[in-house]
Amino acid sequence: MNKVEGQKRKKLWFMIGLLLSLILVMFFISLSTGVIQIAPGDVIKTLLNQGSDRQELVLFEFRLPGILLALLIGAGLAVSGVILQGITQNELADPGILGINTGAGLAVVLFLYFFKNSLDATSSLSIYLMPVAALAGAIVAALIIYALAWKKGVNPIRLVLVGIGVNAGFAAFLTIFQLKMDPQDFRQATVWLSGDIWNASWSFVFALLPWMLVLIPIALFKAYSLNVLNLGDDVASSLGTTVEGERRLLLLVAVALAGTSVAAGGGIAFLGLVIPHIARKIMGPLHQYIIPISALLGALLLMVSDTIGKNLLAPTEIPVGIIVSILSAPYFVYLLMKAK
Amino acid sequence: MRLFIHHSNTSKIIINIVTIVALIFSIGLSVSYGTTDIALGTVWQAVFHFDADLTTHQVIQELRLPRAVSAVFVGAFLAVSGALMQGMTRNPLASPSIMGVTDGAAFALVMMLAFFPAISGVGMISSSFVGAGLAVALVFTIGSFSSGGLTPVKLALAGVAIGTMLRSISSIISLHFNLEKEMGFWLAGGLDGTSWTSVKVLVFSGIAGLLIALSISKSMTVLSLGEDIATGLGQNNLMIKFLGILSILILTGAAVSVAGAVGFVGLIVPHITRFIIGNDYRWIIPTSILFGGLLVVLSDVVARLINAPFETPVGAITSLIGVPFFLYLARGSGGGKNE
Repeated sequence: MNKVEGQKRKKLWFMIGLLLSLILVMFFISLSTGVIQIAPGDVIKTLLNQGSDRQELVLFEFRLPGILLALLIGAGLAVSGVILQGITQNELADPGILGINTGAGLAVVLFLYFFKNSLDATSSLSIYLMPVAALAGAIVAALIIYALAWKKGVNPIRLVLVGIGVNAGFAAFLTIFQLKMDPQDFRQATVWLSGDIWNASWSFVFALLPWMLVLIPIALFKAYSLNVLNLGDDVASSLGTTVEGERRLLLLVAVALAGTSVAAGGGIAFLGLVIPHIARKIMGPLHQYIIPISALLGALLLMVSDTIGKNLLAPTEIPVGIIVSILSAPYFVYLLMKAK
Repeated sequence: MRLFIHHSNTSKIIINIVTIVALIFSIGLSVSYGTTDIALGTVWQAVFHFDADLTTHQVIQELRLPRAVSAVFVGAFLAVSGALMQGMTRNPLASPSIMGVTDGAAFALVMMLAFFPAISGVGMISSSFVGAGLAVALVFTIGSFSSGGLTPVKLALAGVAIGTMLRSISSIISLHFNLEKEMGFWLAGGLDGTSWTSVKVLVFSGIAGLLIALSISKSMTVLSLGEDIATGLGQNNLMIKFLGILSILILTGAAVSVAGAVGFVGLIVPHITRFIIGNDYRWIIPTSILFGGLLVVLSDVVARLINAPFETPVGAITSLIGVPFFLYLARGSGGGKNE
């Protein structure tokens, strides 16, 4: 038993090392590509404070915050997906499909709509308040979905169907409110909704970082509860876990991760669904292994998608959410066909 | 439960006549309401004693009347498509918007506009048929070939996946070719671009699509009892399904090419119709035509009222009406038992 555990651990550290090096390589590729090409050697020079002013401006003010945001959002959405799939025992759960993302997006749009006069939308205060608004929206959405799916317990299939319905309802409200906004706010609102992080700035990075630094460790710390909950409610309670309490706490963590990610990155679909599956395939069913691998895989996938989106049709930038959908929807279809 | 099932044909005829009256009244409402309200009497005058010198008569004839008529057709087409889909699959969630049909049609339209900008009206319609067909085929294939078969949840999720996929590709194409505006219009669904040309398109496809639907309505009733029973009764199910799919493609293709994605009409109208009029498709299809038309005409009036003088896409309104209904279905038979 201990030997197996030791091997698992070795594999975990190997995978972490591998993914970190991949992320590092992609990080440099991503920094050097774009409308203005910067050679990898120059990228390192600039990072070491020896580049030209122009290179410094491009790297530090535009590319670096965008890439860091992609890493944070990717990790956040992936871990959110792991938790949601674990607590609902439903391998097709994901913050996008369940409507949590759209709920957060709606809250951001309402926030811009009602406070656009009292706050300058681009001021730093509103950037720090935006994740809070998105978080509130995500929590409300989760509550609505949970309540509507409740019928002497929450059945996984009903949860997904109710999520799809609630998602469509929020989307309709979004359309109505978007049209009531003036064109500039409208444009800003669409930034979130299509899953887009190219409007990135350092303030967004600093607004998001503390959330991720707190929430992802909590998820990791609660990995044992997730393992137990994943076995089903009966087994979990006979093993002494207070099922509903743990489930609610973990749900809150998942919703907070999704909500704050949406505040910065918009409605990025399928990432939270697909990544946990890949991580499970590599690492097996234990969440203390799945969570770190998912976080790194999610970060990597979003950074790669972001780079593709910026370069595929340059100078036209494709919102990253669209690239993620195209990359991961086929895998979702494959999972769907396999699932019973 | 089924309080409203009326077995006598008289009551069914009465229900249909009442709906026709309501439909005519709501068309009048739709024509008379607008940036400047026009009295119903003037509407009557403009339709039956047209006077080309009067501006109001011109507004009615050129803008408002085609719009109201298009709304009726679009609603009717989507409702009948939904009824056929639900009958063929025996799946309560089957409907054009759930199955990514509208995303498919929008995808084909964006492709055509991007690569063949000089495309004719007929070309637009036919490409939206092809796109709609592509999406239906994909969603059905995924659902049918997956282990466990075509359950409601599989169908809904496959629809979400294919819909998102097609929409993503259309977004990229429209970003590249500067077609975001056209694309946004099809995805939101709206009737503000309709003219007599759109009505002509709708009438021609309507004659074909609705006639097919009506001609197979009796067989649909048998098919909706289950394929085994239908085969046992000596019915050629393959032929009926082929005709059904043909009719669905013609009807949704035409509706989407004129009005974009008007969601949830095809989902809710057939359910309401079955609830009121029973399970006989010889009645379900004509009554769905009327109910669907009524729903979209009224939604279009609301879409103009809710944020006047600006227009809200009619698809947002029908979604808001449809979502609670979808949730009700998801909690009921569609959602399965609590395991």
